[in-house]
Amino acid sequence: MNELPQQLVNGLLLGSMYGLVAIGYTMVYGIVQLINFAHGEIFMTGAFGALTVYAYVLPDGTSMWVALPLMLIGGIIVAVLVAVGAERFAYRPLRGAPRLAPLITAIGLSLALQQAVWAWYPDAKSARTFPQINGGPFHIGNVTIQTGDIFLVVAAPISMAFLAYFVMKTRTGRGMQATAQDPDTAKLMGVNTDRIIVIAFALGAAFAAVGGVADGLKYGQIDFRMGFILGLKAFTAAVLGGIGNIYGAMIGGLALGVAETLATAYIADLPGMEKFGSQSWADVWAFVLLILVLLFRPQGLLGERVADRA
Amino acid sequence: MRQRSLIAITAALAAGALTLTACGSRDSGGKGSDSKGGTTVVIGVDAPLTGDLSAIGLGIKNSVDLAVKQANKQKVVDGVTFKMEPLDDQAQPSSGQQNASKLVSESDVLGVVGPLNSSVAESMQKVFDDAKLVEVSPANTNPALTQGANWQTKKARAYKAYFRTATTDAIQGPFAAQYVYGKAKKKKVFVIDDKKTYGAGLAATFTDEFKKLGGTVAGTEHINPDTKDYSAVATKVKNSGADVVYYGGEYPQAGPLSKQIKAAGANIPVVGGDAIYDPTYIKLAGAASNGDLATSVGAPLDQLPSAKDFLANYKAGGYNEEYGAYGGYAYDSAWAIIQAVKQVVSNGKVPSDARSKITAAMQNVSFDGVTGKVSFDEFGDTTNKQLTVYSVTGGAWKTVTSGTYNGG
Repeated sequence: MNELPQQLVNGLLLGSMYGLVAIGYTMVYGIVQLINFAHGEIFMTGAFGALTVYAYVLPDGTSMWVALPLMLIGGIIVAVLVAVGAERFAYRPLRGAPRLAPLITAIGLSLALQQAVWAWYPDAKSARTFPQINGGPFHIGNVTIQTGDIFLVVAAPISMAFLAYFVMKTRTGRGMQATAQDPDTAKLMGVNTDRIIVIAFALGAAFAAVGGVADGLKYGQIDFRMGFILGLKAFTAAVLGGIGNIYGAMIGGLALGVAETLATAYIADLPGMEKFGSQSWADVWAFVLLILVLLFRPQGLLGERVADRA
Repeated sequence: MRQRSLIAITAALAAGALTLTACGSRDSGGKGSDSKGGTTVVIGVDAPLTGDLSAIGLGIKNSVDLAVKQANKQKVVDGVTFKMEPLDDQAQPSSGQQNASKLVSESDVLGVVGPLNSSVAESMQKVFDDAKLVEVSPANTNPALTQGANWQTKKARAYKAYFRTATTDAIQGPFAAQYVYGKAKKKKVFVIDDKKTYGAGLAATFTDEFKKLGGTVAGTEHINPDTKDYSAVATKVKNSGADVVYYGGEYPQAGPLSKQIKAAGANIPVVGGDAIYDPTYIKLAGAASNGDLATSVGAPLDQLPSAKDFLANYKAGGYNEEYGAYGGYAYDSAWAIIQAVKQVVSNGKVPSDARSKITAAMQNVSFDGVTGKVSFDEFGDTTNKQLTVYSVTGGAWKTVTSGTYNGG
């Protein structure tokens, strides 16, 4: 039986999740040159926001067709509030400070958010189960797609299309592009850069929340540390695609997911590589890919738009 | 150029952050001598009290707490009040070692129960042994801890201060293999482990016995316990044509792994060791876990007459968490320490070399505990070799068969 199509689908699904979170990294970086290390935790709070809606707001036994949109909205609201709050109270006071200062703040914020959920969210000390969509898996030829993944299959392209439309066609989106290219000139041209920065944080958080809901549906459980590793992976995806480039984030995410999956599935079959093929080596191969891309194409796969400034 | 260096710094910081999160420790204090007149003897506890494995760790802590309270109530040792000092190792060897150093440095600590994980025990053994402070683990099952790294060929005890009340994987793995091959009639296994001391060791002893019995290994995989996407592994399992999966590792990974294997279309049972025998496993794996099997040390507590009092007292103790897979063993471990202390301390007088005397006394401790007879062989291993197979039936672990491993 040929398992390649299935493994590719596995990788693309994993990669879509990385991509959704990577968008937040890349957008914030593109506009304020800040690597928001707390972004993984914003993804986590989004998932917990959605769980809150299901577990504590909606009546028991609500159909997922009704619950899911409301959970998504709940998750987005929570994640956006956290992100905007972080921007206002943790990052804005440090604007103009040396780059390292907000970076360290971001790491502190990341730990603080994890511990806050650990300490105050009911039963969050270990994993909490996430509601599932009923119904069997879907088969397309040899390929099986889980019910929980259907959300991801639908949500990731829609999110991307929305983002492309927003950035290219709307006034605010053009303001974002202008700010990314040159904040000072943009300000002189009447762009409210503070507002643009807040919007970048909020948009990134909304995508992270969609990713958080997708993660919960995919794995059936969420926990207070879920954002940490995924955040690092998403950051890697953003760099891989060319940090600052929103399409790059998605492409980088997909490339990373596929690379990890294929490494797990096939590296062990290569002669002399039996020891390096298991899933525990997947991260290593993902980073090998990253290093190779950075060596031969330092601007990332799609290039980094902000680099031509300076 | 500036951007590039920022990314370099960021990557370095990320690596730093990864290490940092692994070694935060939350000490819960609560020591000191508040007893009037008498001597206070502290029994340390080291277990994961937060994180993925906290369900089991808190069960251990509570059970030791119960043993300490009972000993004080019954005035088992004249003039001595026992106190418990629980430390959180978060299932991390580095935290465990820090906790060990802390316990060693406090002179009123005369015995330690713990840890849960074999990998954590590895990092603590030498610290305790150097201080002659006795350590009794209720849960470690890796054979190398007592019988040395070359336990398969030449058994040699490295640490005289280390004991355990749980039986070893040298027995647990083969016991599972005999059940899976002989009783469940599964002939083609896919073996997965998490590369940790416990998981890899267990998977290896299972595989050896399974092959010896005539079974075939359809494939092997190692997973990374930090991630939870096992879809690639699940697809490999499905395409391997295996009729059973053996997993050496713990329930936080085993649950999602079982779920994803079933979701990939492989309707075959997942079998694991004592570290997946926990209600949380079923919660994580969902309905797909029906039919999955686990072996665990000892016999089920609710079927042992010797455990009746323990179960009643635990319930009356008002603990928030279940006693878990090792509650009975933790209780017995604490009692073993209390018994050893009793032999050394008279009239509340603790001799100056109490620690080494207690360690020596531990070798000869023998009493009827909650889990059966508690005594130790020349390696510090329990003489109780009982094991039980459990299966997930209707959303709960049900006993299938109980027995002792013979042969091998």
